[in-house]
Amino acid sequence: MSAAGTAMGEIVFEGVSHDFGDERVLEDVSLVLRERRVGIVGANGSGKSTLARMINGLVTPTVGRVVVDGLDVSRRGREVRRRVGFVFTNADNQIVMPTVREDVAFTLRRHRLEKADAAARVDAVLERFGLTDLADRPAHRLSGGQKQLLAIAAVLVAEPAIVVADEPTTLLDARNARRIAATFEALDERLIVVSHHLELLEDFDRVIVMEGGRVVADDVPGIALEAYRALIA
Amino acid sequence: MIGVLHPGTSLVHRTPALVKLALLAVVVTATAFIGSLAWLAATSALVVLLFAAARVPVRVALRQVVPILWVLAFAVPLQVLFGGWEAAAVMAVRLLIAVALAALYTLTTPVSATLDAMQVLLRPFRRWIDADRVGLALALTIRCVPLLADLVREVMEARKARGAEGSLLALAVPVIVRALRTAEHLGEALTARGFDD
Repeated sequence: MSAAGTAMGEIVFEGVSHDFGDERVLEDVSLVLRERRVGIVGANGSGKSTLARMINGLVTPTVGRVVVDGLDVSRRGREVRRRVGFVFTNADNQIVMPTVREDVAFTLRRHRLEKADAAARVDAVLERFGLTDLADRPAHRLSGGQKQLLAIAAVLVAEPAIVVADEPTTLLDARNARRIAATFEALDERLIVVSHHLELLEDFDRVIVMEGGRVVADDVPGIALEAYRALIA
Repeated sequence: MIGVLHPGTSLVHRTPALVKLALLAVVVTATAFIGSLAWLAATSALVVLLFAAARVPVRVALRQVVPILWVLAFAVPLQVLFGGWEAAAVMAVRLLIAVALAALYTLTTPVSATLDAMQVLLRPFRRWIDADRVGLALALTIRCVPLLADLVREVMEARKARGAEGSLLALAVPVIVRALRTAEHLGEALTARGFDD
């Protein structure tokens, strides 16, 4: 067990609530995530994106605490972010540099790697996601699916242990959504995905259903997704 | 610089960004002070040679220079009126040389190389200036140009669809709101990528 009283490899929510202004968006959420692939579903405004953002420390709890690999995200956010990569819904908001290669390399600027090591890592991740031929293309002119692949590559080049993705297929057409789903399927990293595309989560190890800021179902996908379908019917 | 890199392996591409920046500064400054037609003609020929050496296609090179022609279309007649033909010609050629050389730099230099060069330049001032932060600000400035261009285009389309084509309010309010929201999202993405101080 770590100093924070939680084990390595665990993501722990202890009595977590969160307020945006006067509005309570998360209410007393307690969870321990140990599974390799966890899905989070819920209607708009159910608190699922806030929950996901807390794993990366982008949002910190108003009440309670979130601990990732023994690190309290409120106190040690920077260390947590080194372990947890985050893929956003709109890849356009994540792209900073003009070309594909530069944007992937941008993630490593704070890692103080030797130039050759950084270049090798960038080349490897571009190859892994089939972006090598697009490496020198303007990033903002890629298709939606290619931009989302770039966003995932830019996260994974930092070699995080955990990848959190917030509705990564919402803005994509069916073909590109399938492509991104297949990409996630092939990832070795631990994965936490917030999604409205339920088929994306069918093979996951665990699915959490959010409603009104609370966890209303938490089970294997077959049972949890059925509960969600009943909820929105 | 906004995604117009023309990749290559020519001598111009391989020249370090710092050297190119220094040469750019020297030639543009000299051109601003030396008004002789012989100097301007020689420098113009040099610019053409450099574009050829960098193997930049004529179409790509012209795309960088054409926008300045719109400025010259207004500025040259005014200069003719107040300073005469020769002054107008000198001003126009100076401007074209400066824009063409700057375009050549951006066509042959990745932004990351410019950021590295900036870090080297700012190293003596590291006690007072965070070079990483300056580099990040430059990268974001460059990134925001196409981002805002897309945003304005989308809002103008939406304005047209609603039949409010002449309304400045229908353009300004959504653009400002969406620009602020985009800035917030971009900040969040930077934090997630480790740029959180």
